[in-house]
Amino acid sequence: MSNERKKHLQNNAFKIWAIFSTSVGMIMLAILLIKIGMDGLHRISLTFFTDLPSRRPESAGILTAWVGTLWIMVTTALFAIPIGIGAGIYLEEYVKRGRWASFLEINIANLAGVPSIIYGLLGLELFVRVLHLGQSILAGSLTLALLILPIVIVSTREAIKTVPNTLREASYALGASKWQTIWLQVLPAASGGIMTGIILALSRAIGETAPLIVVGALMYVPFTPKSVFDSFTVLPIQIYNWVTRPQAGFLINAAAAIIVLMMITFIMNGTAVFLRNRWQKNVRW
Amino acid sequence: MNANIKERIIESILFLCAAVCVLTTMGIVIILLIQTVQFFSEVSIGDFLTDTQWTPLFADKHFGILPLVTGTLLITFIAIAIALPLGLSIAIYLSEYASKELRSVIKPMLEVLAAVPTVVYGYFALTVVTPLLQLIIPGLAGFNAISPGLVMGIMIVPFVSSLSEDAMYAVPNAMREASLALGASKFQTAVKVIVPAASSGILVSIILAFSRAIGETMIVAIAAGQQPRLTLDPRVPIETITTYIVQVSSGDVPHASLEYRTIFAAGLTLFVITFLLNNISYFIKKKYREQYE
Amino acid sequence: MVKHEEMTTTFNKMEEEKKIVSISHKNGLEKTEELSSGFPVSIPHKESHMNKIHTKAVHCWYGDFHVLRDINMEVKHNTVTALIGPSGCGKSTYLRIFNRMNDLIEGFRLEGEVMIDNKDIFAKDIRINELRKKVGMVFQKPNPFPKSIFENVAYGLRVNGVTHKKFIEETVERSLKQAALWDEVKDKLSKNALSLSGGQQQRLCIARAIAIEPSVVLMDEPSSALDPISSAKIEELIWELKTKYTILIVTHNMQQAARVSDKTAFFYLGELVEYDDTKTIFTNPKKEKTQNYITGRFG
Repeated sequence: MSNERKKHLQNNAFKIWAIFSTSVGMIMLAILLIKIGMDGLHRISLTFFTDLPSRRPESAGILTAWVGTLWIMVTTALFAIPIGIGAGIYLEEYVKRGRWASFLEINIANLAGVPSIIYGLLGLELFVRVLHLGQSILAGSLTLALLILPIVIVSTREAIKTVPNTLREASYALGASKWQTIWLQVLPAASGGIMTGIILALSRAIGETAPLIVVGALMYVPFTPKSVFDSFTVLPIQIYNWVTRPQAGFLINAAAAIIVLMMITFIMNGTAVFLRNRWQKNVRW
Repeated sequence: MNANIKERIIESILFLCAAVCVLTTMGIVIILLIQTVQFFSEVSIGDFLTDTQWTPLFADKHFGILPLVTGTLLITFIAIAIALPLGLSIAIYLSEYASKELRSVIKPMLEVLAAVPTVVYGYFALTVVTPLLQLIIPGLAGFNAISPGLVMGIMIVPFVSSLSEDAMYAVPNAMREASLALGASKFQTAVKVIVPAASSGILVSIILAFSRAIGETMIVAIAAGQQPRLTLDPRVPIETITTYIVQVSSGDVPHASLEYRTIFAAGLTLFVITFLLNNISYFIKKKYREQYE
Repeated sequence: MVKHEEMTTTFNKMEEEKKIVSISHKNGLEKTEELSSGFPVSIPHKESHMNKIHTKAVHCWYGDFHVLRDINMEVKHNTVTALIGPSGCGKSTYLRIFNRMNDLIEGFRLEGEVMIDNKDIFAKDIRINELRKKVGMVFQKPNPFPKSIFENVAYGLRVNGVTHKKFIEETVERSLKQAALWDEVKDKLSKNALSLSGGQQQRLCIARAIAIEPSVVLMDEPSSALDPISSAKIEELIWELKTKYTILIVTHNMQQAARVSDKTAFFYLGELVEYDDTKTIFTNPKKEKTQNYITGRFG
């Protein structure tokens, strides 16, 4: 075989292999969707959403799970959003280049790479025990807030970076103070990117299971929470609980709950991507 | 002076927000250390590092971390064995072959893989992959290392492909042109010129994918089993560090007991490993970024 | 290469045009007197014999780079002073001293006295926000906020605590009229400012700057990014604004400097080479370097 022919075959063989590699993930996802659809779709009904968990799979529902998820999401957002945006503003607008800035950046990069279960351990000891918050929604959402903080911070920074300096200069030249400039010019201009980051962070939080298990979200919760100090469970934990049960009926429930969870996750991600595209188009300086 | 004071107060508040990150890191380290130190007041470090059994919840207690570590590493290696060739090939394809339009379609598709909650992957591994593999592999237990390893591998493909592709994209075009001008094919150029040039970036992507796999919890908690075992056989149930922590947390373990502290000792081990990996990759990344700037 | 005689002729022609322009706009000016030479000049303030701006022995550094050396300059009320010179000679830096925009740059240092209305603007008790209300700035590239036209002009008022709706509306209208933009935008005040043309955007920035009624307006090459017609409109504007404000303008365009200013300062490599009446600088400069720059030998 001539060298040319060999090179040509190699090239084409690789192209085929590459296309295969790209498709492997998609194929796996497709099989996954088919499987949960087949197993769980028929199980979804109004009662599925309004039933409490039960020992009998046919009457077990996700009421406490999705209500718990809602509580957790709202409370997590209440903590993560202001602190994350605040930190992002501080890093972009106030801190000067230097050792302190690099130190903060390394810190955030590190936190982004810490396994989520470690956050669970932190939450368990700090929020549940030391601060006596118990195995409550408050403890769980503080833990999750810390977990998604790096995501919010990074998106805020990226969004603020796109705001041109000429805008700030114009504002200062009119006598505006630093904070006025940030609040009235920089943040509104960066709002699209920040919003996208928040939604992505929250859609990550919604699927988190391990840290909440460690913090003490319960596997079996026969009531919906009434305050942030109540015990709770969330959708992914309910799924985990059902998957580990031997009865086939619970596996079907798990599949149905997965459909609900995936739908929420994909709607959130889709919204974030849509917002990001729209914002990038609207930005014209 | 009122306005000035207001500005100072705002800056302090924002500073505190940023300080939360530092406090979080400190909090993690302090808490893990305190509990682990108390743990080591009852269990010797030697035992911890060398005992081949991990049975803190049984009557006959052993506190060797090795089974958990090997369990974790076994699954991680399987995952990387899948993710590396797939991810690298995709990266080469996207960087050297694909058109802009194709890239803009494929990249988001791959990101989707990373967005799926890991419980769902665990479910998939347990109910689809394991039964399928049981048809091909004799003696494959219901809980094993291959199944979650495989699924996890595919899940972290976007980690490898995305970062590797960025690294390859950053290689100056002049190098490609030089190679192609000498008659090399695209494939040869990719393998002999681009990949070596982007090697530090690719290395970073592998380390980060590794770190991600090591810290993964739900896929292994569902599909790998809860039997700590010092083995390299991927067909039997094992337990990872992360699964152990979940196992103990799901049960009733009294606070301030030795059993309670074991999860922190295990957690510290996990933290140290991922911390090292993350920082190594951070510094490699910084170094290679300077190369092309 | 422009010969000296040609410059003088051109300059005299421009003076004629100036007279015509100012006479036709006489009604818009507050007070106008025509001197015996035919040169229109307005003297609304008693202190016009005092200095509005005064720099003494001013040196500036960016880190180790000595960007301005020993600048001494006096600027009178209600005059237009042009700062000319080749690129990188410190003109913009000098301009930015007066509203302390250089403070935003790390490593900037200043020595010497900078007085506006006989107050040292670098004194410890000076509030920078207050200073910037008195000393406004128009930038080289128009930089309107991504807000409505109305909100752009109102911004300066709002950040300085003005909330009275009627007052804001009246001020916006007045400023836009002074900037000769009102007729073009009065029906679309809520439209995004970025939808205006370059020349309109720059006039909007001028309106924005004068809305807070500064007494000094700094202009950093305000028409360099604009087409000739917009550029000419801006120049007309400057000539009219002179009656109310003291104006410093950096420009690369020497013809523009000649048309628009009362006095001209020539900067070269950080030094103030010559500072004199515009007519003198352009027809009979005292320093050879000035002569060489004017006639295009360099820069």
